Amino acid sequence: MTPALSIDKLRVVYDDFVALKDVSVTVAQGESFGLVGESGSGKSTLLRAVAGIAPVSSGTIDVSGKRLGKLRDKEFYRQVQMVFQDPYGSLHPRQTVDRLLLEPLDIHGFGDTEKRIQRALDEVGLGSGFRFRYSHQLSGGQRQRVAIARALILEPSILLLDEPTSALDASVQAEVLNLLEQVRRDRKLTFVMVSHDLGVITHMCERLMVMQGGQEVERLQAGDLATRNVAQDYTRNLLVASEGFVRDA
Amino acid sequence: MNTLLNVEDLRVSFPTRTGVVEAVRGVSFSLGQERLGIVGESGSGKSQTGRAIMGLTPQQAEITARRLEFSGIDLLKASVTERRALRGNRIAMILQDPKYSLDPVMTIGRQIVETLRTHEKIGKSAARERALDMLAAVQIRDPRRVYDLFPHEVSGGMGQRAMIAMMLIAGPELLIADEPTSALDVTVQLDILRILDRLVIDRGMGLIFISHDLRLVSTFCDRVIVMYAGKIVEELKASELAQAKHPYTQGLLNCMPKIGADRHPLPVLDRQPEWLL
Repeated sequence: MTPALSIDKLRVVYDDFVALKDVSVTVAQGESFGLVGESGSGKSTLLRAVAGIAPVSSGTIDVSGKRLGKLRDKEFYRQVQMVFQDPYGSLHPRQTVDRLLLEPLDIHGFGDTEKRIQRALDEVGLGSGFRFRYSHQLSGGQRQRVAIARALILEPSILLLDEPTSALDASVQAEVLNLLEQVRRDRKLTFVMVSHDLGVITHMCERLMVMQGGQEVERLQAGDLATRNVAQDYTRNLLVASEGFVRDA
Repeated sequence: MNTLLNVEDLRVSFPTRTGVVEAVRGVSFSLGQERLGIVGESGSGKSQTGRAIMGLTPQQAEITARRLEFSGIDLLKASVTERRALRGNRIAMILQDPKYSLDPVMTIGRQIVETLRTHEKIGKSAARERALDMLAAVQIRDPRRVYDLFPHEVSGGMGQRAMIAMMLIAGPELLIADEPTSALDVTVQLDILRILDRLVIDRGMGLIFISHDLRLVSTFCDRVIVMYAGKIVEELKASELAQAKHPYTQGLLNCMPKIGADRHPLPVLDRQPEWLL
């Protein structure tokens, strides 16, 4: 089966700064793949390069066996959708939820918009009562649900998730993670998810890659973290740090 | 243990177009030279509690309390000038994001010196030395270089250290840290906590640590107050968090994904209307 996403020796350079150093990843169809690392590790850059919003200087990206060029066709933008970290920054402040959801449908020439918008809102657990609200009238969790609805409304096959829950409270995070798992199961989606939280990544993903300084540190199965089957000190440090504060004796 | 801070029945309410919003609804606690954690979700009133103590509540808000006392001073009766003299001097506050809470057009060194000279009569060069010492105390490796940098030229962890240095330079007795590490990477988070921890122990400060991260707070603080909708629902020793009785606290602990636990879907909080009472 052709992999959903295949990245080979991808390099991203901003002026003189190399943000991503020849990273290769293959994600199978229907798989959920995690990227973990601290700020500056290049994990978000990798996602943004796939989405076409980071300057790729060398390497290749294939989506469902199709090589991506500098300019991507409309079909790509329908097939691959992204959910961003900050639900306060990723929704247009002067558009209602209805308008926000209508725009992608309009662009891609979908008919039946009325029904689709209603279904999208239902799917993310927001009733039609939210349809004509502005984003400032919603809580953080509700906004992230709208962002997910906007991504799903085009019936994509790959979802790029950039820290989708790190701006949310733990209780709301659980709800959004459950929602994401639900839609992945229902629609057989492929996920590529970025997070700094090892707990979230092991919960959501089968395989993951630990990154540091724009490079791969190591590649693990989710179970490896639970059994501490990690080879690199960097990963071990992240694991220890995720357990909370330890007072030196 | 000396009681540093006494809060009894603190209430903070905001008049809005659609009626009065009660952000804090009768919070009582006392604090000695210890680390007290206040945990809760956004909107639980934890930050407004901290701000009321610091005297940073917006003007239109109404604060009432049976008692709001800091080392014998009645904070509600204190004049604006008295409060200002306390603020930054005996009570200090660390905010969440150094990107927004440091002055962007002033070098880090100048900001620290400004704080110091506001509260102490001290010469320029002596103030500079003190600031450099303080930067070293928060484990900045090259204080001389960082002193002359602007906030946008340093990383988040470095900025937060600079902010801690600025807050501690006047030697406060009470430090309120409002989500001091939430904007930072996990490993940097722990470095900052270690610095705070040492400073609290060495200087005998009282620390109020406000956070939404129950796990972090329980490993760092001595005591934890859990807030929900402006009220304290539970107060417990940090070491006994696992034995929390209130369903809200249990729910908060339970809904975090844990490494090695295979729980699909994650348990979610089932909010009960009686928690609001």
